[in-house]
Amino acid sequence: MSDNDRDLEGTPAERQPPHRVIGTPPPAPGILTDPERGDGEDGRKGTTPYGPGEAEAPELAELPAENPNPVSAKNWERVAAALFIISALASVAFIAAYVGLEIGGDTKGNVVVATMRSNMGLGSAMALAFLAIGIGMVIWVRNIMPPVELAEERHPMASPDEDRKAFAETIIEGAEASQITKRPLLRRTLIAATLPAALAPLVILRGLGPQPGGNLRTTVWKKGTRLLVYGTNQPITPADFDSPGGMITVVPEGYQENDEALTKATAIIIKMEPGQLQIPTRYNDGADGARTLLNSMNWTVDNIVAYSKICTHLGCPAALYEQTTQRILCPCHQSTFQANQGATVIFGPAPRPLPQLPITTNAQGYLVAQSDFQEPVGPSFWERG
Amino acid sequence: MSTDNERLTIPKPLAKQAGDLDDRFHAAKGVRTLLRKVFPDHWTFLLGEIALYSFIILILTGIFLTLFFQPSMSEVVYHGSYTKLDGVRMSQAYQSTLNISFDVRGGLLMRQIHHWAADVFLAAILCHLLRIFFTGAYRKPRETNWLIGIAMFTLGIFEGFLGYSMPDDLLSGTGVRIAEGVLLGIPVVGTYLSFFLFGGQFPGTEFVVRFYIIHVLLIPGLLLALVSAHLFLMVHQKHTQMPGKGRTNANVVGQPMYPYFMVKTGAFFFFVFGVLALLATFAQINPVWEVGPYTPTAISAGSQPDFYMGFLEGSLRMFPSWTWDIGGHTIAWDVLIPALVVPGLIFTALGIWPFLESWATGDKSYHHVNQRPRNAPTRTAIGMAGITIYGILWLEGANDLIADHFQIPLYTTTEIARWAIFIGPVIAFWATRRICFGLQRRDASMLSHGVETGIIQQLPNGAFVELERPLTEAEVAEIAAPPPAPTLAITAREVDDNGLPEPALRGARGKLQARVHEIFAEGISLAPPTNGHGNGHGNGHAAVDGGSERAAVGGAGTPQVEDGDATGDGE
Repeated sequence: MSDNDRDLEGTPAERQPPHRVIGTPPPAPGILTDPERGDGEDGRKGTTPYGPGEAEAPELAELPAENPNPVSAKNWERVAAALFIISALASVAFIAAYVGLEIGGDTKGNVVVATMRSNMGLGSAMALAFLAIGIGMVIWVRNIMPPVELAEERHPMASPDEDRKAFAETIIEGAEASQITKRPLLRRTLIAATLPAALAPLVILRGLGPQPGGNLRTTVWKKGTRLLVYGTNQPITPADFDSPGGMITVVPEGYQENDEALTKATAIIIKMEPGQLQIPTRYNDGADGARTLLNSMNWTVDNIVAYSKICTHLGCPAALYEQTTQRILCPCHQSTFQANQGATVIFGPAPRPLPQLPITTNAQGYLVAQSDFQEPVGPSFWERG
Repeated sequence: MSTDNERLTIPKPLAKQAGDLDDRFHAAKGVRTLLRKVFPDHWTFLLGEIALYSFIILILTGIFLTLFFQPSMSEVVYHGSYTKLDGVRMSQAYQSTLNISFDVRGGLLMRQIHHWAADVFLAAILCHLLRIFFTGAYRKPRETNWLIGIAMFTLGIFEGFLGYSMPDDLLSGTGVRIAEGVLLGIPVVGTYLSFFLFGGQFPGTEFVVRFYIIHVLLIPGLLLALVSAHLFLMVHQKHTQMPGKGRTNANVVGQPMYPYFMVKTGAFFFFVFGVLALLATFAQINPVWEVGPYTPTAISAGSQPDFYMGFLEGSLRMFPSWTWDIGGHTIAWDVLIPALVVPGLIFTALGIWPFLESWATGDKSYHHVNQRPRNAPTRTAIGMAGITIYGILWLEGANDLIADHFQIPLYTTTEIARWAIFIGPVIAFWATRRICFGLQRRDASMLSHGVETGIIQQLPNGAFVELERPLTEAEVAEIAAPPPAPTLAITAREVDDNGLPEPALRGARGKLQARVHEIFAEGISLAPPTNGHGNGHGNGHAAVDGGSERAAVGGAGTPQVEDGDATGDGE
């Protein structure tokens, strides 16, 4: 107990008689007063006990100059030296790999293979260089340096009372000399001056971007905008899309390469088996009493229905379609939408169905939008309403 | 090394230089003390060093990457070495990432070391934090360093997210899109925050360069300042030590900085760098060329963030679809709670923990010797409950992979997680406490009876006995702990002459504190024995018998040893 006392300020030392397990030797002289330490069986650390008396180290202990086991130290020195030489060779190998292993435009073969070869050469040389030097250093400190273990005294963190008192006095003196406590006009106007100044950083950051306005409410789809197949950018007719159960990503014509537009406007079209499509007629009752149609069978063409691809949870593309169950799954957070029933949410965190894009065919028979989406697409936002 | 026993003499040029320095800086005495500063040793003390060295390696490899990376979202059409993406529209950021990978010698290695180092950095912080927590190393006077650590952990997560977002590949772009969705969900100001951060409608043409400057300057600067403060406080307050022979609250036992700790820690730097180089060589990470550049129209299946974002991903996946539409405004609880409230609660809980525990135990004293987790059963149990919560969130973040590998229906994994997030921590808390008590009992038994040697001896009367060996002094020092917790000076059940409890513990709050205190104080006294056998006093279970643990506490100065009687429990 006495040599394991951790309640420094709470327990007086005299309440703790020294205990000793029967059969063990009495405490040996402490390390700080005994430079000839390392008197355990193997001379290793941890064999020299310290009593509380040694906690007050008046002087720094002298470190031993020699390892008590010179033969072992000599052997380990050879091992460490070998490792250091390996490290040096590995560093040279690193340079050789840099010079010798061609990548990118310099290489004739497969660029990925060449890159991997270079990475393998450089990386293994580097790893070997560092690991060898690290292992060598550990051998050095553990097996070549003489084992030591020192005890250093901890000083109380708290300052003596007189120091604290003096500190408090200094603070008071300064406050008095500054007059800030005695002159409320000075103090209050200073505070008044800093408050508006603190707003400046907020004001100046206003320039980071435009105000959102109604930007998030609409997309670029308009009456008559053709649906282009994403990737090929070709318009599509219902006859082209003749595989029931398929899903195609479509983008509005004219915006195929506009990421800002596509962030909201990307849609999917799904062709159902005849009779599968059962879109409920769904309205949104606005705050002003106006009714907005949100889903309708009249917005489909030839068993083809179009939905926003942008998940109503956090905006990932809801890209996975399971034909057998007619479910759309967003791979990000697994919101699941029932495609044949107006993309209603059947599992996951998405709060709303995927908005339906009203589609029809134009005079040439291509699929076109009847209008924009009838509600904001994508994630919830405060002004969505 | 010289073969004779004479000390080296300092070479003259070195002596002169040292003299010149001291002439100017008055450094001899202070530096000498610093050189002899004692660092205690325990394998868990290396966890923080892994984090530190990963951070240094992140800076080194990061500087290399900045020489080649172009933080620009200007659109280009790729015609580089990687022919599979020939003719593809992409941002300069993505193109330069491809170039670093395929056209800069050593570029892929540096990229992969950088990415691995980021993962190792945060993993090491996480493990370091758990070590600090479970050994109570954050207790007075080290609460500030605990808070600095939490701040660095938080900054590290942001830094990592910004870093892997900058290549502007499909995977990371999806992550940024999710982050934008979270911003949009913030009431009142959400859309403004999003439009200001992205310079307009997502994805815009700004975010890579904005992320870049935050990633390479702002957060590293803050981290560097906090790392410095963390290390300074560690040196100033001196490192804690694990219990052991000769280790007291008044000393620190270990090896001196010069030359021992210097060489050890230098070696460890090379180890960390070497292991990271190994990982970067043999374990591919973030092959951005495989997923292609970001486009809002597509997504790669099985999208997973880096591991440290996993708990947020799981939190978002687990939460049901709760949204309010009130007065023309949308409040997206399905975003706000999992993405902001849950991590907010986790980090707040971490931050206030040292103060909460100090309030609960009434312990305001200094602690320089760490505790074994079993000797603080309630803390350990709370920690395990926290790990359970974090772990379930984290696993749920990979539930699609779990469902795939273990053939569990996808929705079932989420349903299980929704239940487990409430039940799991309760079970973990209860089981951990029981395990801690069991381990304490075993320790108490070893202290009082010694260790079974496995040697059977036949007595002259024919009886067989197993020989027991008393613990060595070193073993006693490692096991023996002070009684459960330095306590509130008073507890609710102690009353004054008028039958009233102490003023501080009257009223609802006082009673709560006393009750919480009892839960924390529950445990078994592990004071070392005075003789070969303990006296088998009490059972130390406050939950049933409110007096017994105070008896154990009261025995701080007297060598009471619990018997570890397997039958004697009132649990």
